[in-house]
Amino acid sequence: MSDTTHKPRAPEVVDRVIIRFAGDSGDGMQLTGDRFTTTSALYGNDLATLPDFPAEIRAPAGTMAGVSAFQVHISDHDITTPGDAPNVLVAMNPAALRSQIGRVASGATIILNIDAFDDRSLAKAGYAADPRSDGSLDAYTVYEVPMTSLTKGAVTPLGVKPRDAERSKNFFALGLITWMYTRPVDPTLEWIQRRFVAKPQVAEANTVAFKAGHAFGETAELFDHPFEVRPATLPPGTYTNINGNTALAWGLVAASQLSGLPLFLGSYPITPASDILHELSKHKNFGVRTLQAEDEIAGIGAALGAAYGGHLGVTTTSGPGMALKAETMGLAVNLELPLLIIDIQRGGPSTGLPTKTEQADLLMAFYGRHGEAPLPILAARSPSHCFEVAIEAARIALAWRTPVILLSDGYLANGTEPWRLPDVDALPDLSVTFATEPNHTGDDGEPVFWPYQRDPETLARAWALPGTPDLMHRIGGLEKEDGSGNISYDPANHEHMVRLRAEKVARIAASIPPVDVYGDVDDADLLVVGWGSTWGAIDGAVGRARHAGHRIAHLHLTHLNPFPPNLGDVLRRYPRVMVPEMNLGQLSHQLRAEFLVDAKAVSRVRGLPFTAAELEQAITDQLKDA
Amino acid sequence: MTDTLIPVTTRKDWSSDQEVRWCPGCGDYSILAAVQLLMPDLGIRREDTVFVSGIGCAARMPYYMNTYGMHTIHGRAPAIATGLALARPDLHVFVVSGDGDALSIGGNHLIHALRRNVNITILLFNNQIYGLTKGQYSPTSEVGKVTKSTPFGSLDHPFNPVSVAIGSEATFVARTHDMDRRHMMETIRRAFEHRGASLVEIYQNCNVFNDGAFETITGKQVRDDMLIPLRHGEPIRFGTDGQRGVVIDSQRGAHLVDVADVGEAALLVHDETRDDPSVAFMLSRLARGPYEPTPIGVFRDVVRPDYGEGVEHQLAAARSDRGPGDLATLLRSGATWEVG
Repeated sequence: MSDTTHKPRAPEVVDRVIIRFAGDSGDGMQLTGDRFTTTSALYGNDLATLPDFPAEIRAPAGTMAGVSAFQVHISDHDITTPGDAPNVLVAMNPAALRSQIGRVASGATIILNIDAFDDRSLAKAGYAADPRSDGSLDAYTVYEVPMTSLTKGAVTPLGVKPRDAERSKNFFALGLITWMYTRPVDPTLEWIQRRFVAKPQVAEANTVAFKAGHAFGETAELFDHPFEVRPATLPPGTYTNINGNTALAWGLVAASQLSGLPLFLGSYPITPASDILHELSKHKNFGVRTLQAEDEIAGIGAALGAAYGGHLGVTTTSGPGMALKAETMGLAVNLELPLLIIDIQRGGPSTGLPTKTEQADLLMAFYGRHGEAPLPILAARSPSHCFEVAIEAARIALAWRTPVILLSDGYLANGTEPWRLPDVDALPDLSVTFATEPNHTGDDGEPVFWPYQRDPETLARAWALPGTPDLMHRIGGLEKEDGSGNISYDPANHEHMVRLRAEKVARIAASIPPVDVYGDVDDADLLVVGWGSTWGAIDGAVGRARHAGHRIAHLHLTHLNPFPPNLGDVLRRYPRVMVPEMNLGQLSHQLRAEFLVDAKAVSRVRGLPFTAAELEQAITDQLKDA
Repeated sequence: MTDTLIPVTTRKDWSSDQEVRWCPGCGDYSILAAVQLLMPDLGIRREDTVFVSGIGCAARMPYYMNTYGMHTIHGRAPAIATGLALARPDLHVFVVSGDGDALSIGGNHLIHALRRNVNITILLFNNQIYGLTKGQYSPTSEVGKVTKSTPFGSLDHPFNPVSVAIGSEATFVARTHDMDRRHMMETIRRAFEHRGASLVEIYQNCNVFNDGAFETITGKQVRDDMLIPLRHGEPIRFGTDGQRGVVIDSQRGAHLVDVADVGEAALLVHDETRDDPSVAFMLSRLARGPYEPTPIGVFRDVVRPDYGEGVEHQLAAARSDRGPGDLATLLRSGATWEVG
């Protein structure tokens, strides 16, 4: 800093950037990434995020196992993925660098907290030699910043103990990146004040550290100039940045309001679904009842009991919990009561990869119950789409008196994107008509209530709530005679009921809009079929492949059971069908079985979302194979 | 639900049109009769009453009650009833269960419903055997029980349902038996009137797979000497002439004595309302099985806020603090920005 005159350096405009923050689990990287994201959202960028953290709350400090990372992709145009390879890596220690370097594009910028690069930390990370001096980082632009000592130097004059002072270093990093990408500082400063209102000293320390980081970027001549990613041109409206679990929780609140039924959530904490329980338990003024049940089975049981009482019953879980809930789902199929079963999929089997994403519960959703127990299945494709799909799941459950499975996954649950808020007055009416009087004449000529008397169109049964005079009736898991609902062991009745329950679910298709195809609708050489959270990566890959001159179409399924009514016709229109999935080919299996099309699976099960680049490669390979 | 008068009903009004299909001679018949006879006296409407059950012989009971009813899956009735009771505090929710359903496959749900103090009335038919699966030992069967699955005798130490319930700090715990209709009706009435979770263990004879399991204590000839009636506020004594009683001392805990040896003043005066469950627990341990003098009646009846009341209170408080929820406001509760 020999030159004391302030040289204003003009920012270089770039159309997009992918930044990855990485540090120890205790370093606050998720918070840092989240704050940078919010600031960028408020600035008007389009964005997508990917939190990537270990299942251990605090793995040993400084080790590879303890690295927590957060990737954010910001852009001046519409984007759908958190990006493939980061352009910027912020590494708070050697373990963060070593664990993340493989993902980083060559030529990328790496910002290191060199205070953490001592011999002990290098050894803990498994480095035999200091990567800063062995040439292994030659392909990158490396900035060495003593973040810990600069933070301490800035914060200790406030009277903060050195140990505590060090904890503000993530705000130093945030300040530096905020300068580097010309983000406004006020949203973060205001947020710090709000967040730490009860701890004024912490608020002040973080503020000072943030400002110190920002000033460091501006005054240290380390960096040539900042960058700017201009606001994206998005459709007009009010936007908020939302993750999938929050959108899903709000969708459930909306469904409750739209149906006029109080919301009841029975749930047992499980990663990555717990945040839905946390979010819904805040909204008691909406009449939302949440029960943290003693186990997964009690969670769905309580939700089913509440549904019998006329509430919108919901249970939320992830794969291991889905397995435990299977028997109660079968009961709900037999009782023909509305119930929402939400599975935020994670890596399996068993405990698997609790904090990583996967789509391997699809066939369990289809078939994971004993007996013929068909259930409607829906899947959300992006964080904000979870809102819409929650309402759609409730629509189907209530109108057809059936449990519905909604699939999300760890990536959607925690990933965020800007969401143009819907007009709440334009949301669908989900109101329900309950039975209030007898619907049949008994053998004795007296009016009686038959709980399994059906709507001729939907086959939904009559729903009479306890408390309704004269309609007392009993329901249960034993096979019932159609109409009366009395226990029946009659062979012909059982076959009739099995087929009827299947037919009821099949008839939902008539209420589903035909699937839309995007891209080269009329003359594509390849149709890419996706479901769930692969939407962004497929969209990106199809865009690139088309840009490269290939003729590609993309179809993305929200309704998985029943499939949209025109799906078979659409699949047969294209010479090749490719199905990318984060499993070993579960949707492609279903498509082949149901439509006799040669749907080729493209499988990745690494606990991470597809990158657009690898899907683009898969598309090219498919076309070559032909 | 309403202020209008509760219609006068009889047993017939509470009986459904379904044919009762328990084995002839089953103790379940007398329990069903007691419940159907009691219902008209409870001052409630049939349509506001729900019987929820799991799986087992006892679990068929909802089909025979002309009320709302759910026959669910094995062990889960307390969980399902919890959801119903929390969603609909206006209803009267009964759970009908057996020893296998409540204490084996559904043990977890039972203890949690009890400790939460959900407003449900649990009737636990204990016949110390699996009936519906045709005669395997149950979690209340005695050690050494020879059954189809234990030809060399059961090695399992049994649960005492009353001890389990008191150990879970249930707020109402009682025991009755299928040979005494009046005692059953009075005990179930007390359980119903209790606010919160109540558990009534009902000794029930399975005349096919475990006939006479309770004969040694409930038989008409032996009953006076083998059943210890618990009456609130009275010294605990039993026997044809009230010659035996219960005392507590620091060395031996609760134990049986001849009243003549200690004098009536030394007897334990039964206090159902004692908040500390230890004494009730000691009483539940007086008999090691239904072959020693066994207490019947209400062990414990204490006041603790019921879970549903707490839920309703929080909902009301949230509404009065923040007003009724508004969806558009909720969607704008995070940071927002305008485009265009």
